[in-house]
Amino acid sequence: MILAALSLALLLAILGDIMTGPADLALSDLLGELINPGSHGPINEAIVWQIRLPTAVMAALVGAALGLAGAEMQTVLNNALASPFTLGVGAAATLGASLVIILDVALPGLPPSYTIALMAFVFAALSILAIDAVASLYGASREVIVLFGIALVFVLNAVNALVQFVASPDALQQLVFWTMGSLSEASWERVAIIASVLVVCLPFAMRRAWALTALRAGEDHARSFGVPVTRLRRTALLRVSLLAAVAVAFVGTIGFIGLVGPHMARLALGEDHRFYLPGSALAGALVLSLAATASESLVPGLVLPVGIVTSLIGIPCFLALLLGQRRGQG
Amino acid sequence: MSHHVFDSQASLRISQLTTGYQRRMIFDQLDLPPLPAGSLVGVLGPNAVGKSTFLKAIAGMRPAKGDIHLGELALSSLHGANRMRHVGYLPQTLPQPTSLVAYEAVASACRAARAELSREATDSLVEQVFARLSLHSLAFRRMDTLSGGQRQMVGLAQALVRQPQLLLLDEPTSALDLRWQLALIEGVRGVVQEQQAICLIALHDINLALRFCDQIILFAPSGLLATGAPREVITAEHLREAYGIEARIESCSLGHPVVLTDRVADSAHADIGHITRDAGARR
Repeated sequence: MILAALSLALLLAILGDIMTGPADLALSDLLGELINPGSHGPINEAIVWQIRLPTAVMAALVGAALGLAGAEMQTVLNNALASPFTLGVGAAATLGASLVIILDVALPGLPPSYTIALMAFVFAALSILAIDAVASLYGASREVIVLFGIALVFVLNAVNALVQFVASPDALQQLVFWTMGSLSEASWERVAIIASVLVVCLPFAMRRAWALTALRAGEDHARSFGVPVTRLRRTALLRVSLLAAVAVAFVGTIGFIGLVGPHMARLALGEDHRFYLPGSALAGALVLSLAATASESLVPGLVLPVGIVTSLIGIPCFLALLLGQRRGQG
Repeated sequence: MSHHVFDSQASLRISQLTTGYQRRMIFDQLDLPPLPAGSLVGVLGPNAVGKSTFLKAIAGMRPAKGDIHLGELALSSLHGANRMRHVGYLPQTLPQPTSLVAYEAVASACRAARAELSREATDSLVEQVFARLSLHSLAFRRMDTLSGGQRQMVGLAQALVRQPQLLLLDEPTSALDLRWQLALIEGVRGVVQEQQAICLIALHDINLALRFCDQIILFAPSGLLATGAPREVITAEHLREAYGIEARIESCSLGHPVVLTDRVADSAHADIGHITRDAGARR
């Protein structure tokens, strides 16, 4: 029920996202164009099919990827503060991507955007391996993981700043705009890549839904039920690095979705992972879709970087939600 | 599909069990007499003698050498999910306070490593364990709204729900009040007898063990001290050697033996330093 409601809300949010933008588009024109492409003139067709729709779908897919990544990460690290951007996975992916942009790395036979995505994934996976090693050595206890993740964020941010410091002015401008998080580079090709990563990751995650739910009892308890905790954590974190890497590579830094999505899903659906995992993906998609709409409509005629909008609008809403819930319990 | 084998020969045999930590050997070639099916076995001893280590080694939760046979089944040669199919191990820690409701927590324990179980089979197993432990009132309460003792009972339900042949419970009464302690022991006794399972239960309450256990394994700081029927194992002499206390075993008005503890034994003062040092070395 709640999942269906979330899906409906997401659909409406995507429609709203498509409607907003520098050029006005009436709902009737939009629907007519969507149902019957080309019926409302070539300009409307181009706006809808080449600009608005890929951007809106991209926002939803990236939100879903980050929401799912955050949910899996919070469960396997047993930490409600875990998300790709709070524990340095996002920063690592950013570093990998920055290096490609700055050094103008070209891999033979691979277009630049793919090279960026690939390097983002490699760096994200390395940071994930480090987190996994720490989790295995010290147990997934809250403090150690969070401290390590925070240390990782600071180190990587410093290295990122260093990379920007030595960058040429041209590359720097590209980098800065990109670290603010932007959906303006959306294309059907990129949509297809993110969609395929999601299509691969979500079913694998869902197959482990029972084991992930059992893991909520605690690591020792899950082991005693026969759950292979170490392998479960490693494969889940691998999915997280894949999801975070494509998100970062194509839209830059959009923090907090990976934190907010799972929390919203947990408040609405609880932690039975059969519902919690898809719920987190849907909630992430919904939040980023709304943020994208806001970024296009807050300042008339100007599209703000969506990463900035997500943080400025999303965080207060999230805090209100969380604190309201806590008070209700107390 | 039968979850358990009603085989009177399905006793637990442990021989040459060796396990320990990097710096300290806990058990070296430990041999125990066979423990018959359908018995509730109390694992007793002072802090830091290795009760938890003993249970973890049998569960396969920590590296150990030696032979562990459950009936015809060579448990010690099984690992991971295959071993846990036959073993229900309850760790000393309580299940975490999460937003899962108790029912979901127990169902997930059942399904986590057994994807082949149907929804109906899972529901029926969960239903049985909630009935057995009288936990129906908790079934739809979130774990983070339950008290420590209530969560401990849910933890027990998670260990029992798969109906394993061997139960290993590590101080399952530590957070329970008197009524729930009795409810737990009676629930476990019922399960053990009905399913002809074997339960090893680490306890601190000697009187609880004396009253309800069929067998006792008593560890002292020097190693295994005694095994056998409760009245034979729990004697003033053994308690002095294991716990370093002076105690009397007297008959209550119903004729049951009761342990009355008087004071720390004279020779035990030196041992306290030894015990705390060991406890420190284990973590």
